[in-house]
Formats: sequence, structure tokens, C-alpha cells
Amino acid sequence: MLYREALNLAYHEAMTADESVVTLGEDVGFYGGSYRVTEKLYEQFGAHRVIDTPISEQSIVGNAVGMAIGGLRPVAEIMTANFALLAFDQIINHMAKLPYMSNGKVQLPIVVRFPQGVSKQLAAQHSESYEQMLAAVPGLIVLTASTPQAAYHGLKKAIELDDPVIFIEHELLYNKKGEVDTQARFDPFKAQIVKPGNNITLVSYLKMVDDVMTAVPEIEQQLGVSCEVIDLNSLNPIDTDTLKTSLSKTGRLVMVEEDHKTGGYGAQIVSWASEHCFYELDAPPLRIAGLDTPIPYNRTLELASIPTPDSIAQQIIQWGKQNGL
Amino acid sequence: MKVLWREMLRIRRFEEMVASQYAEQEMRCPVHLSVGQEAIAVGVCSQLEPEDLVYSNHRAHAHYLAKGGDMTALIAEFYGLENGCVGGWGGSMHLMDLKAGFAGSTPIVGGTVPIATGAAWAQKLKQSSACTVSFLGDGCFEEGGVAESLNFAALHQLPILYVLENNLYSVYTPLEKRQPPRELYKVAEAMGLKSLKGFGNDLEEVLPLVEQALKWIRSGEGPVFLELSTYRWPEHCGPNDDDHLGYRPEGELQRWQARCPIQLAQVNLGIDEIERSQIEAEVKQEIEKCWQQALEGGIPKAENMETNVYA
Repeated sequence: MLYREALNLAYHEAMTADESVVTLGEDVGFYGGSYRVTEKLYEQFGAHRVIDTPISEQSIVGNAVGMAIGGLRPVAEIMTANFALLAFDQIINHMAKLPYMSNGKVQLPIVVRFPQGVSKQLAAQHSESYEQMLAAVPGLIVLTASTPQAAYHGLKKAIELDDPVIFIEHELLYNKKGEVDTQARFDPFKAQIVKPGNNITLVSYLKMVDDVMTAVPEIEQQLGVSCEVIDLNSLNPIDTDTLKTSLSKTGRLVMVEEDHKTGGYGAQIVSWASEHCFYELDAPPLRIAGLDTPIPYNRTLELASIPTPDSIAQQIIQWGKQNGL
Repeated sequence: MKVLWREMLRIRRFEEMVASQYAEQEMRCPVHLSVGQEAIAVGVCSQLEPEDLVYSNHRAHAHYLAKGGDMTALIAEFYGLENGCVGGWGGSMHLMDLKAGFAGSTPIVGGTVPIATGAAWAQKLKQSSACTVSFLGDGCFEEGGVAESLNFAALHQLPILYVLENNLYSVYTPLEKRQPPRELYKVAEAMGLKSLKGFGNDLEEVLPLVEQALKWIRSGEGPVFLELSTYRWPEHCGPNDDDHLGYRPEGELQRWQARCPIQLAQVNLGIDEIERSQIEAEVKQEIEKCWQQALEGGIPKAENMETNVYA
């Protein structure tokens, strides 16, 4: 099943099981969504539950907040992460805070989904990643999905939760194929050990997990080590238990992320590790992240601005050699 | 009608009490008083059912009280106490009393307008007989989310009444320096909403406009935009008068005070001074009692600090 089909299946099941689940966003209805994630929902559930909205991101999330206070469980799609910036007032000031500011009088079972990241030359205003900002907001849960399995179970769980959830997808993952076991016990809050190993813990999420996996054979061969690859999946809360267990075993941490390095999400993971796993570490942690520049348009420059399998392998091999591997 | 006049007086005296107690430095939340604007809150909310929802903004005390919100809990909230309407977590700018249908106020200008619009969608989807009221001001009308909301509500004929309290000023800048010469309600009309306009200090003028608006809304004839002119007497935020700052022309406040909503209605209703003083005494007693009860509340517990961040 494709990643986008897995999301679509999660939608279908959630909307069939609970008629208070509605979805809204630009082109989500009749057209079935820019990335076909909401395909056939409109036909099956009707225009009142699958809502084609005007180009009004602030209102998409604001309306979702009002709908949730009114007893619905809205899933809002924002076409791409950069457009979500127009909705940040509603996301941060209202959606994240109203349950707290109301002393728990309201709960907001809302999912705000959007894709992010570098795709194919969409340039600076259609390629960015905002998990680091949203994971820093108390009141929001931030989930990602790097596989069809994680997409299906993650979205289903996100819709069931009574908290507002930011559900982040990646532009280049929608056509990724993978098994979806709908009966599996998949906990989206648990980091997944994608590949077990003994000497280096490689932490990542979203599309970078694939790039890390591509880089691993070269790293293992060059350094003569085995790598443990962890997909965080949930960015807030963080499954620190899985991280701690892995670091206790390997003693080495590499964080790979696509967002900008300064203030990027991985800084949180490295900061946590230095606070809580200092004595388990045998080497300084390595962070591999995007450059601190907007994403350029030209394909060569675009690829130079974010980690790639090659650059990941090279940096880790160099770091490994400098640190006794 | 006399009940409504009494309600306006109750709100006025309540706000005056807030102003008089504010100097004691115990209430520290910013307070945006509704003095001078009572006829709108009362004229609108008195015609709503308990299950109808009201969303408000930074200047929310009158809306909260007129919708039937708990006065003691409101006072306690100003003092940040655990018997406050949101347990001391919100203060004056973050009010909520769901039992009374006061679904919330936030001080991000325009913030609750899309939320109210979404609430109206939920009402329509659930085929509820209830509707939603969204209170906004002339400054709020400049926010993008308001344009988005009016568009969406008109497109889907949502059961919502937008009440624009036009008090002519943002914090310090007059309307004519912020918007071109035009009627605000005509903008809403051009966006596809049934739109009405009236003098918001005259309860007798407000009531039939609201009645008409609610009739349309409840019969499924879509959203209504109601612009009501009024004037805030005190400073934008705080217990004092700030007329000395000179951002409002000399004499303007006095001209509006001469058209006080409570005085106007008293004359229209023929309430004499004997009756007035009797009602004044009742209102005073209620406010003082609520104040006393409110201050009996405890301080919210620090160990609950993280409760309600997540469900």
C-alpha cells in the first residue's frame, strides 16, 4: 500500500466509525486532496463532513477549534507546511492553549496535517520544515510518519486522541510503498528501531530515515561497525526510553534531520542526551542537518542544502574516524 | 424591558467596582472595561437561549455577564483564584462559562471569529436549533481572519450573528485613520451577508435589529452582520479615564456620555428615581456579595501546573 493510501484508509475507518469526525482543507473534498490523501471521502461522507474550504488557512484551523468545542473531531489539512504559517496564531494561541486556559473546560480533539520538506525544486516557500517550532509548543502533540504503517496507525491514533495533534508528513513519502498491518499493535508514541546495531545510534524521522538507511551499508563497511537506526516517530512527546536503551548500548549518537541546523529539532535530542546520557557517551554527538539558508531552487543547490545519503555517510565516516572508530 | 435596563445597570456597576478595586493591586490582569457599551451586550444576549453560544474578545465582561455567566466566578478569575471561571488560569482576557453558553473570549484580536464560525458549522451539521454570536470591534474588522470568516459563513449560510461594536477607536487610533470612509456593515453586505446597522447605545433600537437577525438565522436564512455604533468611556485597558491623552477630540466623550445607554433607557422606560434607587441597592448588594464570595477562593495549586496542558 502507498503511504497516501494508508492515510486514506485511516481516514475512511475513522470517519466510518465515528460520525463526529470531519475533515476540512483546501481541495480536500471533490478533488480528493492535493496529494490524494482524502480521495473518495467526499463521495462517501458528503460535503458537510468533507469540507472544501476557501484559501483561508487561519480559518481552517480556527474553524476546526470551534468545531471541536462544538463536539466534532476535525482533521484539518494544510496543503504544505509553509502555508501553515498563516495558521500559526490559531495553532499556537488558540488550539494549543484553550484547553489549558479554560482550566480543562474544553478539550480539542483536532488533527492538523500537512506535508513538509524538500521535494523536487519547489524552492524556498514550499520546501521548509517546521517540526522544531511546533514541538516547542506546550499543548501540542507532534507526530510524524515515515512509512505507510506509521501513517495508517499514526493518523488513526491522532484522530482518537482528545488532544490537538500536529501530524507531519513528507512531500516525497506519499508514493512510498510498504506493508500496512491494520491489526498490528503499532504505538505512534514509541520510537521504532528500524535496524538494530551495536556501535552507533542514528536518530532520525520522516524522509531522513530512508536516507539514513541508504547510507548505513557504506558507513558500516568503512568504519567496521554496526549502526542502530531509530525513527523517533513522535517528536513531542519523545520516547526517551528507547533512546536511552540504545545509547547505553552504542555510546554514540548521530542525529540526522532535514530542517535548518540552528534551532533545529535535533538540538533537542542532543541536548537531552547530553543531560541524561552523558556518562553513556563515548564520543561527542554529531548533528547532521540542513544548512542555515532558505531552500534554493536549483536542483544542485537544493540537494546541497539538506542531508543526502552521500553526505550523511561521509560526515559519519569522518566523525567516526576522529572518534576512535 | 425593565429587566434589561436592570441588567445594563448591573454591568455598569460591576465594571465600576472592578475599576475601584483595581488600585488595590490584587487584580493584576489587564481589564478592558465595557462602560458605555452595555446596551449591545444586553440587547443581544437577552434574546439568546442558554444553548446559543457567545464568543467574545478582550472586552468581554459585559458579554459574559449578559449571557448569564457566573459573576462570582468572574470576580474570582480576576483575582486568579481557583474558584475563578477558569480556575485562575486565564484572568480577565480568557473567560469561559460553558454552562451559560459563554464559549470563550481571547485577546488576540480576531482570534475567536474563525472559532465562532467553526462552532456555527458544528451547529448546522448537528441540525441544532442553536446559533452562535461572535462579538467583534471596529479594530478587529481589520484582521484577515474576519474576512475569511465572513466569506465562509456566507458561503455556507451558517447560523451565526456577527455583532460589530463600533466604538470608533482601536487603542489610540481613530477609525478614519485606519479605514477608508465607508460603512463597515456595507463591507459585510458586499461579502454576501445580510447586514444591519443601528445606534448601539439605544436598547430600544438594538432589540428589534437583533430580533430580526435571529429570526433570519434561526430560519436558516444564513449569517447576519450587525454593526452597532457605541463609545467606550474609560481607557482602552485599565480602570481609568485617559481622555487627557488627547487622542479623542475634546468634548467627544462628554457628547457620548450624554447618550448613556442606561440614561436613555431609563427615560424611555419611565423609571423614576425611587425605582432606580431600589434597583441600585439590589445590584450593589449582589455585587458586594459576589465579591465577598469570590475572595473566599483559594490560590490554585502549583502541583496542578501541568494539568490540562494535555487531555
